[in-house]
Amino acid sequence: MKMINLKIDGTPVTVPEGTTILEAARAAGVKIPTLCFLKDINEIGACRMCVVEIKGARALQAACVYPVSEGLEVITNSEKVRKSRKITLELILSNHDRRCLECSRSQNCELQALSKELGVNEIRFPALNEKTLLPIDDLSPSVVRDPNKCVLCRRCVSVCKNVQTVGVIDTMERGYRTVVASPFGKSLADTPCVNCGQCIAVCPTGALTEKSDKSKVWAAISDPEKYVVFQTAPAVRFSIGEAFGMPQWSPPSEDSASTRFLTPTQARTLRSWKRAPSS
Amino acid sequence: MITVEQLNEIRKNSIPKVALRKKVFETRVPELQGDISGLLKEGNEKTYRAHILCCAGTGCKSSGSDKLREEFERVLEKYGLSDEVKIVKTGCFGLCAEGPIVVVYPEDAMYCKVGIEDVEDIVTEHIMNGRIVKRLLENYAAREKEGEITEEDLEGSTFFKKQMRIALHNCGRINPEDIEEYIAIDGYQALAKVLTQMTPDDVIKVMLDSGLRGRGGAGFPTGRKWMFAKASVSDQKYVCCNADEGDPGAFMDRSVLEGDPHEVLEAMAIAGYAIGANHGFIYVRAEYPTAVERLTIAIKQAEEYGILGDNIFGTDFSFRVELRLGAGAFVCGEETALMTSVEGHRGEPRPRPPFPAVKGLFAEPTILNNVETYANVPQIILKGADWFKAIGTEKSTGAKVFALGGKIKNTGLVEVPMGTTLREVVYDIGGGIPNGKKFKAAQTGGPSGGCIPASLIDTPIDYDSLIQIGSMMGSGGLIVMDEDTCMVDIAKFFLAFTVEESCGKCPPCRIGTKRMYDILDKITRGEGELKDIDDLYELADAIKSSALCGLGQTAPNPVLSTLRYFKDEYIAHVVDKKCPAGVCKALMQYTIDREKCIGCGKCARNCPADAISKTDYVAPGHKLPSMAIDQSKCLKCGACMEGCKFGAISKK
Repeated sequence: MKMINLKIDGTPVTVPEGTTILEAARAAGVKIPTLCFLKDINEIGACRMCVVEIKGARALQAACVYPVSEGLEVITNSEKVRKSRKITLELILSNHDRRCLECSRSQNCELQALSKELGVNEIRFPALNEKTLLPIDDLSPSVVRDPNKCVLCRRCVSVCKNVQTVGVIDTMERGYRTVVASPFGKSLADTPCVNCGQCIAVCPTGALTEKSDKSKVWAAISDPEKYVVFQTAPAVRFSIGEAFGMPQWSPPSEDSASTRFLTPTQARTLRSWKRAPSS
Repeated sequence: MITVEQLNEIRKNSIPKVALRKKVFETRVPELQGDISGLLKEGNEKTYRAHILCCAGTGCKSSGSDKLREEFERVLEKYGLSDEVKIVKTGCFGLCAEGPIVVVYPEDAMYCKVGIEDVEDIVTEHIMNGRIVKRLLENYAAREKEGEITEEDLEGSTFFKKQMRIALHNCGRINPEDIEEYIAIDGYQALAKVLTQMTPDDVIKVMLDSGLRGRGGAGFPTGRKWMFAKASVSDQKYVCCNADEGDPGAFMDRSVLEGDPHEVLEAMAIAGYAIGANHGFIYVRAEYPTAVERLTIAIKQAEEYGILGDNIFGTDFSFRVELRLGAGAFVCGEETALMTSVEGHRGEPRPRPPFPAVKGLFAEPTILNNVETYANVPQIILKGADWFKAIGTEKSTGAKVFALGGKIKNTGLVEVPMGTTLREVVYDIGGGIPNGKKFKAAQTGGPSGGCIPASLIDTPIDYDSLIQIGSMMGSGGLIVMDEDTCMVDIAKFFLAFTVEESCGKCPPCRIGTKRMYDILDKITRGEGELKDIDDLYELADAIKSSALCGLGQTAPNPVLSTLRYFKDEYIAHVVDKKCPAGVCKALMQYTIDREKCIGCGKCARNCPADAISKTDYVAPGHKLPSMAIDQSKCLKCGACMEGCKFGAISKK
């Protein structure tokens, strides 16, 4: 394999041909922030968070898609680069519903983490208001889409189209009006969405979230007149485990992903229910 | 398939078709030099004694040239002249402000603003009696007053005298829907020469030597582009033509496609031979229905005549061209976005590298040139690189077409050698500013360019000079502004265009241009602060350096260049809350001079907002009380001022 020599922030780095600046920088221990980039899934250089200076180039270049070449000199942390990333982030945030406290992704949000990392502590543009907020699509049984939190990174579009090959969402309109949406602006519920949830898994913000039925569950549990039957995920293992040689009513281990967040009461209920004789 | 001999045979047989237009073609067609009476009698064309060329370009079509042609047919029929006089439908002549345009040969008399009622005169006076209808000649009234009319002037138009037509050399002179007219005037000879006498490297060398640079925007040397694509190794390569002209006011590409489509096809085939591609795509806007129609006809005819297809001129070179219609996105003029769109995806740019010459359309090596660039190619091949290099300046060779628009008398298309000054274009060819107003600035390069202030009117127009003064050549839109133009408003206009046309892929362009627009809007509403100007600079700088494609990276230019030359106007809006040009409605007021007002009440009746009422003041010498405007109700439409016969209402 042909090896390429380049300099990142003055440090010589040797990487195989075809490597991107981002990968080369990571290999050299240099951190470059990213937002839209998702290895092998979404490599489109859209968000401009990973811009770097390249000696000889007029404009800044996206490190995530720029292939290395012999003798390339890259600066990842100049004043120009830092300023550009910060303004880009400020612009993204200017078009973002910034009510983080009410967001299920708060403290687990890539956008929030980036803002902290880049030190965005003032946004000079007005926040979205009732007139500019777009309607939320919560008609699907499992996926909620909030376009006001979408940063148009298109990871969801790529994973839906290229990985899951379902393709029920894509970018619509253009310029400032661009949104990720389903054909003809339909609700996700009216599309052939398979509810796989991969879009949620790749979304860096709270624009795509799982539909929460917690309050309904709590209401059912609290209802003294009601017998409540739990079916926990991963449902397959629990409900048809015996077909695969597991003991009947094999409970998921108490520290499995699905049961980890059960309260002691719920766990007790689950155990007692499992011990109940089959009728 | 046809051979070069067969092409020459078609040429020979077609020359009679254009023989009457000897005046414009004799330098190019040796057979037309000297006495042509022999040609008019033989050949496959009926003998006509006059050709009436009617512009069927989009501009003249919308001012009624289709009906005009029908009227000519009717009147000629009436006088039994249908067999003696031929009506030829042509592309654009360039002088669109004076359309519909009709040119009569053999005299080459150009008639402007020809109405249905003038047809009878042209036929009875000119065609039947050989007397030119002077009143219809270009700018006749003004020229007669100045005593300038000479016999020579009667025949040609002053509009063309300072021009040098290369890309437009056939526009308005041939019937674009007849391949034989094109062949008659050396059409497809360059392709024949390339295929039979030159190697691909020879072709690229000629292109490099000619110094031809891209006419669509950035001005990249065409020969180098071809050289890179040739160097890429692949079984499949593509030649693309960018006909997605989108700059506001620019229509030179449309004009070439409507007036001379074969020139582009020929050039694309030459490019295909040079880089080793056998397939071409023309990406043309669907909003150009006439161009699409003529291209479709041209491709069909070229295939029928065996000029496009397999084994062209008996060589092993094959080339085919397909059309792709764009849905009207400005960004699709950006090369990678155009290719993405041709591939059938949402038209959005992709990051470079890889560059199209390495990995372009369908991930194969591709070259993309715009229509006007291609229109220069066949002539460079035929006349040689030295001929082309001698025109223009050292680094900007050849001529460039500009679409003159805005506050200028002769709106239309002009082609001038590179290095011509803006003053010559605006005053000598464009006829200056109407209504005696002063020239304030000109915008070149459309929404990616910048303005040139009056102090720089003697700047030679070439790629490098324009970049130096903060503008750019772009595709050649040239919008002239007079003293009544507000430069903040102009910056806002261009930015509104970019906001609308941004594809939405990268945040700097998608959101950044919108934020800049919001700031400009705030300033024109009179709510600006000095900090806003700093923010404009900061955002412009960030967008220029970080946007994904050329559209985004150049989007702040109109703001930066107006800030550079007209910062005082920005300050006037922000600090003094005044719009010096009187354009920004929020910053001006209509007031009634109570001493002049006679109290007729016409203004109040004209006012759509009921903002004007009687006062209790009667000016000395007047009988009725004067009127006054309630500023809180005023919409600033100006209806009151327009209607006032006494000059009592003013705008400040």
